[in-house]
Amino acid sequence: MKEFAYFPGCSLEKLAISYHTSTLETSKKLGVKLQELEDWNCCGSTTYFHIDELLAYTLTARNLAIAEKTGLDVVAPCSACFKNMFFTAAHMKEDPDLAEHINFALEEDGLNFSGNTKVRHLLEMFAQDVGPDEIRSKVTRPLEGVKVAPYYGCQILRPRKDHEEVENPRYFEDLLSAIGATPIEYALKMRCCGGSLIISSRIAALSMVRNLLQCAVDQGADMIATACPMCQVNLECYQQSVNQEFGTQFAVPILYFTQLMGLALGIPKKKLGIGKELVSASPVLAAL
Amino acid sequence: MSETYTFTFMKEVSSLLHAADGNPFPMCVQCGTCSGSCPVAAYMDYTPRQIIAMVNAGLKDQVMESNTFWYCASCYQCTVRCPQDISITELMYALQRYSIWKNRYKEGMIGPAFSEAFAKTIVRTGRTFEPILAPSYIFSFKMREFFQEIQNATELMLKGRLPILPPRIKRLDNFKRMIRRILPMGGAE
Repeated sequence: MKEFAYFPGCSLEKLAISYHTSTLETSKKLGVKLQELEDWNCCGSTTYFHIDELLAYTLTARNLAIAEKTGLDVVAPCSACFKNMFFTAAHMKEDPDLAEHINFALEEDGLNFSGNTKVRHLLEMFAQDVGPDEIRSKVTRPLEGVKVAPYYGCQILRPRKDHEEVENPRYFEDLLSAIGATPIEYALKMRCCGGSLIISSRIAALSMVRNLLQCAVDQGADMIATACPMCQVNLECYQQSVNQEFGTQFAVPILYFTQLMGLALGIPKKKLGIGKELVSASPVLAAL
Repeated sequence: MSETYTFTFMKEVSSLLHAADGNPFPMCVQCGTCSGSCPVAAYMDYTPRQIIAMVNAGLKDQVMESNTFWYCASCYQCTVRCPQDISITELMYALQRYSIWKNRYKEGMIGPAFSEAFAKTIVRTGRTFEPILAPSYIFSFKMREFFQEIQNATELMLKGRLPILPPRIKRLDNFKRMIRRILPMGGAE
C-alpha cells in the first residue's frame, strides 16, 4: 500500500473544497493512504516571493520539516504549493548555508529539515506513481465518449524539476485515457491561466482565460480537467467575465481531474463535490 | 565610490536573488525567445527581452516605472526556453522585491498592495484568507470589475466555497518567532 504525507494548502479548505474531498475519496478507492500534515501553514504562493525570498523558502521549509517527521514523501495538489515545496527542498539540499539559516529559524518551532523528503504533485502521484494500468484495473464506470481537455497549466511543469519533458508531456492524457475519457489535443494545454493577474492585471488575465477556453472548445472539448485550484478558479469563475468582456458564450465545465477519476471509480457525485461548480457539469455528465 | 566598485543597477538586482541558479543577466543574447513565449507580453510596457537589456544598461528609472514585472504571471515559460539559462522569472521577482522595498512602482499597479496584504495575512495567522485581501484591490477596480467580484463572491458563497472565518495555525507564537529569525518584522506585525 502506498502512503504519502499530504499538504492540502489553503485553497483546498474552502474555495477548492471539492478538490480536497475528491482527492481523499479517490485515494482511498485506489488504496493510497494520505496523511495530512499537522498544523501546516500557507506556502506563500507566488506573492511571498514579491516580498522576501528567504522568508518564502522558510515558510515552505516548515511544512517540509513537518512532512519529514512522518518519514513519508509529501504530495501537494496545488501547483504553486508543489513548485515552492520542490524547489525549497532542492535549494536547501544543494546550499548548506541556506539550509543552516532556515533551520536556525525552524528551531523556534522545534523543527528541522534535512532535505530528504521527496515532493510530488498529486497528478504525478496518480499518473506516475500509481500509474494508468493500476487505475484502469479499478475503473467501474468508464467515462466513455467524454472529450476532456487536459490542462496542465504552468507550475506543475515549470521551472523544469529535472530533465523531464516540458514542451509536450503526456501523463495527464494517459491518465484520462485510463479512466475511459477521450483526451483532446490542443495547443494551449501548458499555457498559463493568468494566476493572480486576475486581480492585478484583469484584462490580461481575462484574455489569457479566453484564449484557453477558445482553444479547448475549438478542438471539441466537452470540459476541461485541471490539477490546480488557481487554474480552476480562473477558468471557471471568470468565464462570465470573459463572456461580458469579449461577447463570447462559453459554458465550459472545469472539473478537477480527481473528480473525473472518482466518477470512473464509481464514487457518488456528491462525495466528489460535483455540484459545487459554478458552470454545471451536469449536461456533460448526464450522457454517461 | 572607487572606480573598481561601481554598484550598478544590474548588480543591485542580482543581489536580490538568493537561490536562483540561472546565469548572470549580461549573458543575455537578446534572441527574444522569452518575449515570444510570454503569454502577457502584449500587455507589458516593455517585453521581457527589453527589460533584460534595460537592466543591463542601467536604465533604472525606466524599468521601475514600467508595468512589466508586476504583470509577470510567474509561469516560467521564458525560463525553461531561455537558451542562455537565465532565470528570467526570478529577475521579475527580484524587480518586484526591489520595487516594494524602495516603495517605487508605476502608478495604478495593484500588484504591490495585493502582495503586501497577502504577506501580512500569512505573517499574522500562518494562513491566507481570501476575503481579507479584497480591500487591497477592490477600490482600484473599475465598476464592471467590481461587480464581477461581487457576483463571483455571491455565487461561491451559495456553493459553500467561500471561507467565513479566518483560519489560524495552532503554534502561531512559534511561527512568529520563526519569522523574526529571518527578518525584522517592521510594520508587518
